[in-house]
Amino acid sequence: MATPTLKELSKKEDRFTHGHRMCSGCGAPIVVKIALMATEYPVVVSNATGCLEVSSCISEFTAWNVPWIHTAFENSAATISGVETMYRSLKKQGKFDQEVKFIGFGGDGGTYDIGFQSLSGAMERGHDMIYICYDNGAYMNTGIQRSSATPLGADTTTCPAGSVIPGKLRNRKNLTKIMAAHDIPYVAQASPSHWQDLFRKVQKAHEIKGPKFINVIAPCNRGWRSKTNDAIQLARLAVNTCYWPLYEIENGVTKITVTPKEKIPVAEFMKPQGRFKHLFSPENEGLLQRVQDEVDKEWAKLLKEAKTD
Amino acid sequence: MAKVVAVTGNEACANALRQVNPDVCGIYPITPQTDMMQRFASYIADGKVDTESILVESEHSSMSACIGASAAGGRVITATSSQGLALMWEMLFIAAGDRLPIVMPVVNRALSAPLNIHGDHSDAMGARDSGWIQLWSENGQEAYDNTIQAFRIAEHMDIRLPIMVCLDGFIISHSIERLEYLEDQEVKDFVGPFKNFLPLLDIAKPKSYGPLILPDMYHEYKRAQHEVMTKVKDVVLDVAKDFEKLSGRKYGILESYRLEDADIAIVILNSAAGTTKDVVDQFREKGIKAGLLKPRLFRPFPYTEIADALKHTKAVCVMDRADSFGGYGPLFMEVSSALYQADKRPAMINKIYGLGGRDYMPSHGAQVLTELNEIAKSGKVNVIKEYIGVRE
Repeated sequence: MATPTLKELSKKEDRFTHGHRMCSGCGAPIVVKIALMATEYPVVVSNATGCLEVSSCISEFTAWNVPWIHTAFENSAATISGVETMYRSLKKQGKFDQEVKFIGFGGDGGTYDIGFQSLSGAMERGHDMIYICYDNGAYMNTGIQRSSATPLGADTTTCPAGSVIPGKLRNRKNLTKIMAAHDIPYVAQASPSHWQDLFRKVQKAHEIKGPKFINVIAPCNRGWRSKTNDAIQLARLAVNTCYWPLYEIENGVTKITVTPKEKIPVAEFMKPQGRFKHLFSPENEGLLQRVQDEVDKEWAKLLKEAKTD
Repeated sequence: MAKVVAVTGNEACANALRQVNPDVCGIYPITPQTDMMQRFASYIADGKVDTESILVESEHSSMSACIGASAAGGRVITATSSQGLALMWEMLFIAAGDRLPIVMPVVNRALSAPLNIHGDHSDAMGARDSGWIQLWSENGQEAYDNTIQAFRIAEHMDIRLPIMVCLDGFIISHSIERLEYLEDQEVKDFVGPFKNFLPLLDIAKPKSYGPLILPDMYHEYKRAQHEVMTKVKDVVLDVAKDFEKLSGRKYGILESYRLEDADIAIVILNSAAGTTKDVVDQFREKGIKAGLLKPRLFRPFPYTEIADALKHTKAVCVMDRADSFGGYGPLFMEVSSALYQADKRPAMINKIYGLGGRDYMPSHGAQVLTELNEIAKSGKVNVIKEYIGVRE
């Protein structure tokens, strides 16, 4: 399967169209747009409550050019598993004959936290679907509250950097690895900065039968306290600092799909973001070092896993 | 040809669901419902139905998956009890708001805390404002018949709403009774094929289900939901008429028992109505004009019909197998609202009985009718809400 060029992509019909009300410079709609282009088959989408959902379908308008369903916050995976089950039932009974693909979308709150059980259940049951998390590292829709995807040291409205507590004191949950532990056929981590890699991963996931999970970093300038024009640049820095390594685990085999030419310090990813501003004060030097140590540790682990395999 | 069987309420409902042969079924265990979906799972395993099951990891996911499946376009069922229904609570409103005709037997059970697995109506009463239609069943036969009729009501093109069929935990779900089953083909013909309405799987015409609706239209949307509910009564009666032709069994939106000339009456739901009818007979033998009213349709609530059925009486006791702490029982609140609009209305009391599976005995019914007889004579109510059968 060849990855199309940008020119070719530009000629494809948009399945997630203009007119949505996501913030200027948001990473999430880029992720959705690319993901929906990565198959020629019809796609049915479910969407957890969150930024993407509230901004893309406000009655009586919709930005979705594909069948789309939103029910609640914690159940994007369960909802699409129901759609997929009806599809299988109708197909089995000869009442439906098209080939259709299924995607569940959710932000990190709706995926790592409140939707975690529903996601785990759907993956274990083996539905033929892809779950795509757009991870912006906090509950951005409600106003930047801490989630279990919030990075160590980050300032959010519920773990604010105060005079006593310097932001979030816990490391992020490694959801991609947790999903890999479900022993599903395909798990990947991707970034909109590497759109061809993201496209290829979704394309590949669609070709694999069974449950698939893809975690995609989605910069949020409101929550990250960054500029509105630097989403892609920040996503690239996340990859090049190895804060957000691009890899896939296919049938248990780990492959790093993009290795940074030079692994740069994680501070380069953090500096342009106001949520980490306090970590650059002398008194928080230790915490900043801890962030680097965590990134190094995870990267070393990943290299080992990829090598061993 | 009717087939006479001796089965439990759960078995009867499972058999009705098998006869209907739905497309998708959400399955999750909870006492006392477990046995119903277990039986249904055996039908799937033995190839007796075409249904695809979703063996979910919680009732919340069960209702979420049922909503997804129903929106996709097909006939969907699940069943639950108690904490399971409570966990579904959020999704119940979404199933109704999205106008999805999901059919769900609810085997009524108490709610925690303290934990109790036995029968009362706290679960379904907690879901009464969710926008689901509720049919209540006195015995296994009614549970079976209601389950079959539920599909016709929910899927009616003027309605398209989810529906609960309520039956008492253990008392009905686990007791063996004599029942009459319809033939498989009769049920299939009665229910008919599923008619799709705006299915998500209509790929050529993409639809968005579950939008954000702001204050400019939300209020109108909710009013529309209420207006649909006002059409349910007629559909329930039409479906009951057809069902009577098929089965010989007559159903309405409520059942009046020796009520036409009654001076005193008990209003009661589900299995305890059977016990109370015996007590009513005993009082009639003593020359006391006692009667009973058993609502079958609780949502939408038939206010006018209930008021018409009771307004000639002198004293009424509404018996609730659920409570609203700090308030009257939920059935009492509805019946008194109904009667407030009547020109003439009886004195009214409310008894809370049988919580967490506490036995409801004929002596309890007799105690209530004796008190009502006194109230009818004196016209005086001392205490409006009391607990009966409670240890002091």
